[in-house]
Amino acid sequence: MKMLGLSKKDTTFLLIVIALTLLTPILLQPFPASSTLAQFNAGYPDLMQRFAIFGIFAIGFNILFGLTGYLSFGHAAFLGVGSYSVVWMYKLLGYNVVPGLILAIIVSALFALLIGFVSLRRSGIYFSILTLAFAQMCYNLAYSVLTPLTNGETGLQVYTNDAQVLMGENSPTSPHFFGIVMNESATWNVGGWQFVFNNGYYFTAIIAILVFYLSLRIFRSPFGLMLRAIKTNQTRLNYTGINTRPYTLAAFVISGMYAGLAGGLMASMDPLAGAERMQWTASGEVVLMVILGGAGTLMGPILGAGFIKYFENIFSKINDQVLHGWFAFLPDGLENFLIGVSHFFVGKSWHLTLGLLFMLVVIFLPGGLVEGGQRIANAFRKRKSGGDDAETEAQPSAAE
Amino acid sequence: MDAIILQILNGLDKGSAYALIALGLTLIFGTLGVVNFAHGALFMIGAFVAVTLQRILSLSYEQIDPEKTDFLGNPLKVQVPYVDSWFGADVGAWLIDWSVPIAIVMAIPVMLLVGFIMERGLIKHFYKRPHADQILVTFGLAIVLQELVKYFFGANPIQTGAPDAFAGSMDFGSLLGFPPNSIMYPYWRLVYFLFAAIVIGGVFAFLQFTTFGMVVRAGMADRETVGLLGINIDKRFTLMFGLAAAVAGVAGVMYTPILAPNYHMGMDFLVLSFVVVVVGGMGSLPGAVAAGFLLGILQSFASMNEIKSLIPGIDQVIIYLVAIIILLTRPRGLMGRAGVMEE
Amino acid sequence: MGILEVKNVGKRFGGLQALSDVNLSVQEHTVHAIIGPNGAGKSTLLNCFVGKLIPDTGSVMFNGQSVLGLKPHQINQMGISRVFQTPEIFSDLNVLENVMISCFAKRDGAFRLHPFETVAHEVDIVEEAEQMLIDVNMIDKRHMNAASMSRGDKRRLEMAMCLAQKPKLLLLDEPTAGMARADTNNTIDLLKEINEKLDITMAIIEHDMHVVFSLADRITVLAQGTPLVEDTPENIKGHPKVKEAYLGEAA
Repeated sequence: MKMLGLSKKDTTFLLIVIALTLLTPILLQPFPASSTLAQFNAGYPDLMQRFAIFGIFAIGFNILFGLTGYLSFGHAAFLGVGSYSVVWMYKLLGYNVVPGLILAIIVSALFALLIGFVSLRRSGIYFSILTLAFAQMCYNLAYSVLTPLTNGETGLQVYTNDAQVLMGENSPTSPHFFGIVMNESATWNVGGWQFVFNNGYYFTAIIAILVFYLSLRIFRSPFGLMLRAIKTNQTRLNYTGINTRPYTLAAFVISGMYAGLAGGLMASMDPLAGAERMQWTASGEVVLMVILGGAGTLMGPILGAGFIKYFENIFSKINDQVLHGWFAFLPDGLENFLIGVSHFFVGKSWHLTLGLLFMLVVIFLPGGLVEGGQRIANAFRKRKSGGDDAETEAQPSAAE
Repeated sequence: MDAIILQILNGLDKGSAYALIALGLTLIFGTLGVVNFAHGALFMIGAFVAVTLQRILSLSYEQIDPEKTDFLGNPLKVQVPYVDSWFGADVGAWLIDWSVPIAIVMAIPVMLLVGFIMERGLIKHFYKRPHADQILVTFGLAIVLQELVKYFFGANPIQTGAPDAFAGSMDFGSLLGFPPNSIMYPYWRLVYFLFAAIVIGGVFAFLQFTTFGMVVRAGMADRETVGLLGINIDKRFTLMFGLAAAVAGVAGVMYTPILAPNYHMGMDFLVLSFVVVVVGGMGSLPGAVAAGFLLGILQSFASMNEIKSLIPGIDQVIIYLVAIIILLTRPRGLMGRAGVMEE
Repeated sequence: MGILEVKNVGKRFGGLQALSDVNLSVQEHTVHAIIGPNGAGKSTLLNCFVGKLIPDTGSVMFNGQSVLGLKPHQINQMGISRVFQTPEIFSDLNVLENVMISCFAKRDGAFRLHPFETVAHEVDIVEEAEQMLIDVNMIDKRHMNAASMSRGDKRRLEMAMCLAQKPKLLLLDEPTAGMARADTNNTIDLLKEINEKLDITMAIIEHDMHVVFSLADRITVLAQGTPLVEDTPENIKGHPKVKEAYLGEAA
């Protein structure tokens, strides 16, 4: 079965991704609401929205970093720009998210064009530092002189005296998509389980599927091939008659647009925009997601984003009480010791776990979770076929 | 005129900190070829060594003071630091007051150790890996270190004072013949500048006049050749890493009275220090120092009200703007060699 | 009038006059070798042809057009392909993809944004690349990762990538440097085959006399940045000036 210009394998792959995305509210709710394991459920609207939004952010970042190898430390700037664009459209036009999202993509593309045009004149660490410098400039300006546009530290939000010229009598008073209100949900109770189907989640999920499909097409296109060639050997490419600069710039702008869209969606779920979204730690986070999942692979960024956001949620919820519950069966001394040790990694110290994880992945598994999965799969295959791996090695190098 | 001198002075202390961090970054990059994103964390650890020492010195026990009573007439319980009872009240008070400078003595071995562990345990394995991997792993390490500090010391800045002797400000203007009080400059900032100058001078002298330093400089110029000469460069480079860590650490210790230590100060200074290194020229030690002071001073000029009213927001972006302009017009930086790290 | 006309080219690096007053004319459909002892300026000269260096004086005309000041990719699009001393290939890509990139560059020029076409659907390009691999006897390796090949195969692949562009002029920078005798002979055979089949113009920079005398139609001897003599291989053999240049180096 082939569809949408994809190979059979990619079609299956896309269908699986679609199915998983649409069923997320059920899949992430494996434990009955009353059970003690319910704390590991993740089927909450705002968490699921974050999965989808950061998934989009990471998919876009992967087009730049994963394919070309250019490591940007400034993509949070586009995230912020996207959020501000959407909130401004709320203020001027009304709560329909569509004009805002369109503006977010356009404005972030313009920003990316400008920043990319300058930064891509250099490569390697210089490129990283240039992007970092631009993002920090945006962040600092958003906090200071651009306060009329960004509302400084308070953050940009909608006030009752805002124009909102398209707001009718019966228009919803929170973000909506032609009347479908984002923060409304349908709840479905089956037995002890409770599933929440949230409009906002499905809105972001459908966009995520769409942009995932686009990235799949880019990966398989001649453009994607050129980007991978840039990562491998720019010298050869230049002496093969290819001008690499416009290719990298196009990749930069596309990934900036993805980031702008993700930022816009954040403001679509919660009508707020703050400068902290532009801070370089936010850029670091998306780098982390892509590396953790597997840079340059299709599935990696989504896995990475999901993994980090899930564990962020779970780990930060774990407190003393929960820990006592877990280790209660142990003798007191050992219990207290384990709780003491766990303290480093859970609750507010979640970032410590994240940092450690990040180091471990870079050290031991530079290909990220996807590579880890492949290694395990290969090990199984080898055992089955008696060590005949000639075929796996001859596989096309196209990333999965 | 006096305003200009004041801004130059104001830029010196920040510039000193930039210069000290950038110096270490450049040493590590030049000798080991490693881009260390955890270098800011070393600066922060230094600052928290000072905080720790002050806390240790201030450890106290409760004692009933027979001569004082509280407002109900009961005998008053007072906190007496252990150091007071060990060394007498005068010496004890002096120790607590001078805890920041004293912390240097503690910071040097601590930072050397931290540096050795970092290099042997982690960085060593990344010599041959791409720069992107080095950035990423040290970035991960920086997060870990910063979170550990946050765990033990909390998220709020911790005020750590300079010794009382340096509490006031110096009337710098009257020295130069300006009217009194026209240029006031806090003593501690002057101390910091002098301290930085001594450390920088020390590092340069060490590299210039010792055999060890000569080998390291040769290694910075051409690592392979020096390796071919049969000189064990690895051991020296480990020591170099420790030295860079110590420089960042003492820079952090002495900076505590100027900026109350907080867990994210490392990252804040790291970003700026990297910009400084790039402006100075990747791999150039004099470049790092010169650019550190230059950018510190430029930043302080940009925060003058006259300039801010002319170009709003310039104080927020000046450093980055300079970096962008330098990178685009003179990619090797002010004093760097061409082609360093252009992959 | 040759396809590549070099007139009065000079290049100075600081105190070193690397090239001075180089005149050279490469005729179409010939193999022209540039030989010379180490440090004679061979590589510097080559870099002046491909846009990596700009000479201080003189002119380099290709097909009647000046290449000076142009970027490497522009010069390549004019019809000059280059083989490097150590093979430069896309080691993360497979063999077929390596050649396809050359085909895309030939068809689409220096830049074309085609993000939604699918590589696998570009039948013409795939066929062209596969034909190229058949020509160089590498078709059985088309799905192999380029990095995992032997050095000889990498050289062969690089050659295929250059030929896939159907260049008017192929520049070879010491194509057999560091090769064992057997590999060298294979490379000579490959180059001869290419020369006969495609009737292509080649300029070879080479150290190895064996290679040069087996291939070249004309030879230019470079010494200390200036051409000493230019003649046919028969006349170059035993030419007193050439002997002097090489013996001078040996002593």
